[in-house]
Order: sequence, then structure tokens, then C-alpha cells
Amino acid sequence: MVHSSKLRTAAEAVSAVRDGDTVMVGGFGLVGAPLTLIDALAASTAKDLTVISNNVGEPGRGLGVLLRQRRIRRAIGSFFTSNPEVAEAAGRGELEVELLPQGTLAEAIRAGGAGIAGFYTPTGAGTELARGRETRRIGDREYVFQPALTADVALIRAHVADEYGNLVYYKTARNFNPIMATAARHVIAEVDEVVPAGQLDPERIVTPHLYVDVLVIATHKLEGVPRGV
Amino acid sequence: MSEDVRWRIARRAALELRPGDVVNLGVGIPTLVADCLPPGLTVFLHTENGMLGVGPSPAPGSEDPYLINAGKQPVTELPGASYFHSADSFAMIRGGHIDVAILGALQVDERGRVANWAVPGRSVLGVGGAMDLLTGARRVIVTMTHTGPGGEPKLVPECTYPITSVRPVDVVVTDLAVFRWVNREGLVLTEVAPGVTVDDVRARTAARFRVAQEIQPWQEVPGVA
Repeated sequence: MVHSSKLRTAAEAVSAVRDGDTVMVGGFGLVGAPLTLIDALAASTAKDLTVISNNVGEPGRGLGVLLRQRRIRRAIGSFFTSNPEVAEAAGRGELEVELLPQGTLAEAIRAGGAGIAGFYTPTGAGTELARGRETRRIGDREYVFQPALTADVALIRAHVADEYGNLVYYKTARNFNPIMATAARHVIAEVDEVVPAGQLDPERIVTPHLYVDVLVIATHKLEGVPRGV
Repeated sequence: MSEDVRWRIARRAALELRPGDVVNLGVGIPTLVADCLPPGLTVFLHTENGMLGVGPSPAPGSEDPYLINAGKQPVTELPGASYFHSADSFAMIRGGHIDVAILGALQVDERGRVANWAVPGRSVLGVGGAMDLLTGARRVIVTMTHTGPGGEPKLVPECTYPITSVRPVDVVVTDLAVFRWVNREGLVLTEVAPGVTVDDVRARTAARFRVAQEIQPWQEVPGVA
């Protein structure tokens, strides 16, 4: 294993998450979700979390574990249908839910990482999801204002890192991970492998290392995926 | 709903695609369209979880668990495929770079508006990419059974389910008929399925619609399934 000053154990890494923090968690369903970091977070004591993630895992899997532990106070995402326990927790008043169109969620995260305060999107205009939101007519179209999203910590999944923390991803496990890497104060990336600097083709690097604070080696490996680059 | 009916709808919808179209397929009947493309037609399938160039389902045993479509089913990668993150994927959708979106629907109304993300009385906890696709795709094709499980019409005067967008649909393909939505005219019936009459369609449609001067013969991609 290559030395990297950013390498930590999963438990050390998630100790950065404090009670009441807002945490971005990558993944589309469980694909591209940082399962090793989620396990470590479940074993920690951090509570009253606001989670920004497309889904809240599945029942008892991924973020679904933290939901069962009642550690999530608020969830911001676009598709919670894959975990019926989200609706149950919301119904019992244990969980606050903010539902956004998936493109609005993604763009709000990108804006957050890019120093943009918010944006007007046509998506959702005239629908229930625009109710109570600021809208504005520009030209002949109505737009909904969406504030940017940022977080205290981002937990992301990539495939390979180099020792500086440059990241490459694997197929559709990329999804929300690269944008979340830009939008949190402290970014923890779970990877299959760390290689020496210079071994990743600079043209292939999706997330430059300046976004990445901590690297953790995944114990949930991407099974059957070729090693290396 | 019988499999035959679902495939008939998919085979008809596939004929709406043009060479070179970038196409996003929703979950359900739209997904079947990938398996009944006309021979020789090249289209590029986009999936909102971050891929262009989606290939057919993998052979059993050769699935890659990290290569999935938006319905979380395993897919394959065609030559020329690319991957991108979620914000880029939705920039493609919202920004008008997707030629066609084929979507399922719970209701379509006389204004061409689609409801496909929520049912009143049930907790609404998922919207996914539906609103972005309907807002941003250049052409929107709805595929759905003509009536619901209880025989209730899905083409209605005004959606009673929450709408997905104020943008009108372009084409509606059901197991009975094809409608086109035309500005200032509303829904126009242009084709009826074999063995179906215009009166049959009328009897099972709650929305007002105009009948095209000439009803075109029903066409579909020859059955493979």
C-alpha cells in the first residue's frame, strides 16, 4: 500500500461528523454509496444528522441502518420510495423530509460547491413541489428558485485514488459522488485502492485532490471490478 | 396487465424514434422499448444516473453490479459509451440535449399534462428524474395502458393526481390508440390498434379528443417477444 498523508481508518475518518451536522452521502441506490463509511458512521455516536442523499438506502442497508438507529433528523433527497421505512419514520414525526426533483438536487449540490447561492430552474414549476417556493417568470417561462446545498461533511465513493487524493470513478457508481466532493467543508472518500502519484492519467482524473481531505480503503470492495486503472 | 399489451405499446412507441436520437427510457413499459428497436435504427440511450450509450441487458452471470440504469437494473456498455456525474446528466436533460423521453404515466389530461409521480392519499416520497425529463426533453412520449387496473380511464379531462410538469406531452401510446397533442387542438386520435374502433376508444377515454381526419393504420415494430 502506498503511503498517503490523507489515509485514515474508517472509524477515525467519520469521527469528523458531529452531532447536528449536515452530511452529504453519495450513491444512486446502493450503487456508488460509501458503504464502509456508512458502517463506521453507524458504529459512531453522531446523531441529529441532516442527510443530503438521493435515497436513504434500503431497509436496513446503507443509510437505512442510520435511519433505523434514529440518527437522521432530516433527509433531503429525490427518491425515498426504495426504503418504505422513510415514509414510516416521517409519518411518526421522527424524520423531516425534503423532496427535490433529482436534477434540482444535483444542481443545488453543484452550485453549493461552486460558490453560487442558488438558481432558477424550470423543473417543478407549476407542480406541488413548487408550492411555497419563490418563483420568477423569465421570458415566457416560469422558474422555481432553488438555494444551493452545502454540507459539513461529504462521504463519497470512488474507485481509485492516488496518494494526493485525486479520484477516478467506476461506471455508474460515479453519480452524485464528484459533485458532493465539491460541496462539503470536509470530504472523506472511500476507495478500493490508493496508487502513487503519477499513476493516474491526469486526463482521467474526475475529482482533483484539492477537494479531498481524507481517504479510507473500502472494505465493501467493488466485487469483480478490475484493479488499478 | 398482460405482457402482450405491454410489448404492443413498446413496439409502437419504438417507431417514434429517429436515427441518431438520444433517448431516455423511464421505468416500466418504456424500458421494454430498448428491446424492440427497429432493425438498423441507431439511437443512443441515456440514463439519468450518469451514462450515455446504454446497451442491452447482460447475459445472466455476466452482470456488473455497478453498471445499472435508472431502474437499478443491470445494463451493458456499448462502444462509444460515456459516464458522467448526476449534475451533468441533468444538465443534459434540463438543457434540452435529450431528443426523446419515453415515460410511463398514471394520467394524461386534455391539456396534455402528465401525472406520473404521486398518488393522492399516499405519502409522496419519490420524484426522481420525472419532473426534469418532462420539463427538458425535446419530445416526450407517454406509454401507458389505456385504462387502470379497475378499468378507469387514464386519459382524463384534468389530472386528479399531482401533475409532473405544466409542459404538454407530444405523443401518447396506449394498447388501444395513439394520440398526438397539438397546440390549440388538444389531444388528437391518430391511430387505433387492430380490432379496436374509434368508438371503443371513446368508451374508455374520459378526456375530450379530436379524431384525425384520416386515422392512420396501426404500425409497430415486428414482434420479437
